[in-house]
Amino acid sequence: MTTYWMISDSWTLTQRTLRHWRNQPAQLVLNLLFPVMVLLMFAYLFGGAIEVPGGGDYREYLLPGMFALTMAFGLEGTYTAVAADAQRGVTDRFRTMPISAASVVTGRSLADMLDAAVGLGVLLACGLAVGWRAHHGIMDALAAVGLLLLLRYALLWLGIWLALAAGKPETLMAVQILVWPLGFLSSVFTSPETMPGWLGTIARWNPLSATADATRQLFGNPGETGPAWPAIVWPLVLLIVFVPLAVRRYRRLT
Amino acid sequence: MIIAESLTRRFGSTTALDGFDLDVPAGTVHGLLGPNGAGKTTAVRILTTLLRPDAGRARVAGHDVVREADRVRARIGLVGQQAAVDEQLTGRQNLEMFGRLHHLGAATARRRARDLLDRFDLAEAADRPAGKYSGGMRRRLDLAAGLLTDPVVLFLDEPTAGLDPRGRAEVWRTIRSLAADGTTVLLTTQYLEEADQLADALAVIDHGRVVAAGTSDELKGRLADDRLDVVVRDPERLGEAAALLARVGDGEPRVDPDRRLASVPVRDRVAALTEVARQLTTNGVEAEDIGVRRPTLDEVFLAITARSAA
Repeated sequence: MTTYWMISDSWTLTQRTLRHWRNQPAQLVLNLLFPVMVLLMFAYLFGGAIEVPGGGDYREYLLPGMFALTMAFGLEGTYTAVAADAQRGVTDRFRTMPISAASVVTGRSLADMLDAAVGLGVLLACGLAVGWRAHHGIMDALAAVGLLLLLRYALLWLGIWLALAAGKPETLMAVQILVWPLGFLSSVFTSPETMPGWLGTIARWNPLSATADATRQLFGNPGETGPAWPAIVWPLVLLIVFVPLAVRRYRRLT
Repeated sequence: MIIAESLTRRFGSTTALDGFDLDVPAGTVHGLLGPNGAGKTTAVRILTTLLRPDAGRARVAGHDVVREADRVRARIGLVGQQAAVDEQLTGRQNLEMFGRLHHLGAATARRRARDLLDRFDLAEAADRPAGKYSGGMRRRLDLAAGLLTDPVVLFLDEPTAGLDPRGRAEVWRTIRSLAADGTTVLLTTQYLEEADQLADALAVIDHGRVVAAGTSDELKGRLADDRLDVVVRDPERLGEAAALLARVGDGEPRVDPDRRLASVPVRDRVAALTEVARQLTTNGVEAEDIGVRRPTLDEVFLAITARSAA
């Protein structure tokens, strides 16, 4: 019975996000357009000036990076939604209802994964439109998509935890200060080879670089050829740290 | 229906609740009154299972708020300081979602939502996003969400904070009709008038403990004396009237020159009134108005909190 209600409650909360989309389609479209705009900007404005290490087409290099970046920027959506609920008292209302903490956070994460899947789908289509291709067949491509969603899933918990700890949607600026350097100080747009020594080291160790580089290999796009394991280990580490923190924070909200 | 015994809760070095006791009988509206930071919200959060006490016990609807939190949750409704609704969902979608989360079946949740929207005069706005509602409408939606499961005990934490007079009147009407239906209500407020209007009994809380309890009339009678007011016709003679009141009354007279009013606390209202009227006539001080009135709840409140601070 408990399991039944957990699934049912999580689904009710996931539906809530689907209703948001239906009620405010403009919001959804704007959210989807933002990464497309960044993609076009780098593909056509800056791209000509950027050289791909080891040669190759910049757009082919850029797209896997854009996929990873979009997954990371998804953190902001999670943060805003969770913080708004906490501030409005909606979270308190949930907590005075006979539903489990797990359902509330699972509902949130399912909704955000749906959002991530749609966002990634749009970006994949845009990528194909600007000439990017997956060269290693469907299985490798699916594995790459899996790695990208895994990164989003891991960062989602960081977002929930940050939002519950800060509790105010206005602090989104602070989160952007965290997310943007994380996004750009990576192999998303340029190779860490081209950065000053210590910055390059940070960029190489960035979880985003790990996912971007691993998906480049799986899609058969030019770029880094390091080991793929960090793309799995990094998200797992994030999950091990932030899932318990987020659940604990939810239970102990005051 | 609500029993709290010696609840204590600290946040770091601040003690928000310090031996808080409360006993609210079933079917009554109980007002919890106190200045900002007195511990009202902390008390409500403990009673609604949102917060654990450091010490003390509390039972709501017959269940312990810590050990049987789930059972308490199934029987209570909470309406907090802000309208806890999803602004991107319509009124109807909000109520249906909260109904589903209360584990009502889909059809029941739909029916309850429709009934409550009618009852709270929101039927017309039912399919507009809650973000577009006025403050009063949003608060009514919030109240409706708190009533989805016909809670036995309803907690209202400053339910009219930030509302305009019209919104406040709407919420008051709703609370009265709930009370008439037999719901036990615990209401916190800073507005004394609100407590005076709605509550069967009051508890005044300051520095985390209850410093006075009783009905509004009892508190007024017990904690502050009645006041005798005299309004003189000739402002020149206000001083004379005040001196006269000082002799008859049981305390320092207060003078308000703008209203030509002198006022003094009195214990024996009839004797004081007769004596003042007689002396005014004897001395030829013409009074425009004279009367004894009960203290306002504000005066009681100031008297109580001044005492507990001392």
